[in-house]
Amino acid sequence: MTESTLPGALVTNTEEDVLEALGTDVTVPAPSRARSIGTTILRFGLVILIGFVLWELAKFLFGTPWRFSTADGAWFNLVWFPPYPIKFASDLNMPHLWDIFNALILPAQRNGPPLVAVLAQAAVVTMQAAIVGFIIGTTLGLILGTIFAHWTLLERALVPYVVASQTIPILAIAPMVVVWLKAGWWSVALLAAYLCFFPVTINTLRGLRSPDPRAIELMKSYAASRWTTLWKVRYPSALPYIFTALKIAATTAVVGAIIAELPSGLGNGLGRVILNFNSEYAIRPPKLWATILFVSLVGMLFFLSVILVEKIMTRNMRKLENQA
Amino acid sequence: MAVVSISRVNKIFGKPGANQTIALQDIDLEIEQGEFISLIGPSGCGKSTLLRIIGDLISPTNGTVQVNGKPAPQARVDRDYGIVFQAPVLFDWRTVERNVQLPLEIMGKSAEERTRRANQMLELVELNGFQKHYPYQLSGGMQQRVSIARALSFHPQLLLMDEPFGALDEITRERLNAELLDIWSRTKTTIVFVTHSIPEAVFLSTRVVVMSARPGRITEIIPIDLPQPRVFETRESPRYYELITQVREALRGSEGMKV
Repeated sequence: MTESTLPGALVTNTEEDVLEALGTDVTVPAPSRARSIGTTILRFGLVILIGFVLWELAKFLFGTPWRFSTADGAWFNLVWFPPYPIKFASDLNMPHLWDIFNALILPAQRNGPPLVAVLAQAAVVTMQAAIVGFIIGTTLGLILGTIFAHWTLLERALVPYVVASQTIPILAIAPMVVVWLKAGWWSVALLAAYLCFFPVTINTLRGLRSPDPRAIELMKSYAASRWTTLWKVRYPSALPYIFTALKIAATTAVVGAIIAELPSGLGNGLGRVILNFNSEYAIRPPKLWATILFVSLVGMLFFLSVILVEKIMTRNMRKLENQA
Repeated sequence: MAVVSISRVNKIFGKPGANQTIALQDIDLEIEQGEFISLIGPSGCGKSTLLRIIGDLISPTNGTVQVNGKPAPQARVDRDYGIVFQAPVLFDWRTVERNVQLPLEIMGKSAEERTRRANQMLELVELNGFQKHYPYQLSGGMQQRVSIARALSFHPQLLLMDEPFGALDEITRERLNAELLDIWSRTKTTIVFVTHSIPEAVFLSTRVVVMSARPGRITEIIPIDLPQPRVFETRESPRYYELITQVREALRGSEGMKV
């Protein structure tokens, strides 16, 4: 953190007197460059824009010949031949952006609703599972992390299994869970939870161990109970670690839910939609690309909402913590 | 009655057999009510370990420690002592005021009483007006004052200080020394003070306990007969220099002429 000397104008007279008497200089951090969520989104949009420009530039240089024309070719009809055509940038691999966005509006099936509507419906199904999974997973992670932080014996005994659990591909266990539970989207939620709990467990454990050992000794000297130490020192210190984990878990939950839908054959989530468009990719690539864009947008929204909660919580916690 | 009474305390780190370290050997020490005791010695002499044993942050391998006539663990549960470390160890999500209130909060004191006592303590350490500041807005010396205010907030009879001014510059250190003496005379708290600095030990203490390293032992206890209250001029008196020399020689003796 950069620090600067506090300009005299900001110090009240009494404080100044004290400062002068003590000869100490008060330092405050430079004005916090806390970005509002608005600017974050703006920056993010800019990066996307640059991405789009680069994409089309690649098409311009390496793609398949383009045709610029009005619908019937009456007004103008130009064809551009990219100078260095590469197969990688062909329309089949990298559709034009307008084709991708167009695919969102066009019906997904003959006479059906537009693709966006189909995706939105599927997203609701998947996100339900993802959010429930996220809640279950992070709760479990918080509990496990707290238990491990207090009982080293349990930590040593169980953490290897926690790690091992994450080396099993979810694709391998998803069908089992679906068959055992016969529970439809609940099994998807559980699989999402299965992926979520790991980063939360590990980071909670780390965060709870992060306070200065002397801070714990101080609490000991106040004869504070473990529980009090946990609430007054360990959890507040762990908060930044926990939120880092929650951000990871938010994106993992979405991906986890989608992947869990694939082998479980659940019919109406994003997983199934992706599976369908996968098989159509060879003939209609823009659909899959459009789906990818849409899914990443959904995942991002979830991620952003975690950041929002973090901002609100840290702000209010300070306030709450300092009322009394 | 002695506030602290240590008899035949040994502290051995490590398991029997493989590379054991004898941190403390045969420590006997009585500290009376209202004394200001400094523990001084080369690094590794176990002075911090001794302080931690008095505060029941670690337990001795054998021997007994009585605080206020009770075993040290009981004294800890009864909140008989406050601790100040070399680092202020303030909680950066709490304001100055709420940092000072933390022990009172744990003891379940009412909000009014907490505020009253915190204000009183901040006044004592000359930080009135900084109640709503966050620790990062204060200089190192001010942070250390907050941590002293916190240690004293629940009026412990015994204040344990582990090189509290070790990380501060000389000028701030001398000022805080004077302030600490002022607090000491006003609160009548018994203080056990660990330091590396001979002048600091002599200026502050009623007795200086000189320790030697490997194994950590008390080699000499030097009473400091400088007149109270100690003021700026104390540092210029011939007796002050004599005592500094005496402590230095005791330290040299304890190191076996190695210094």
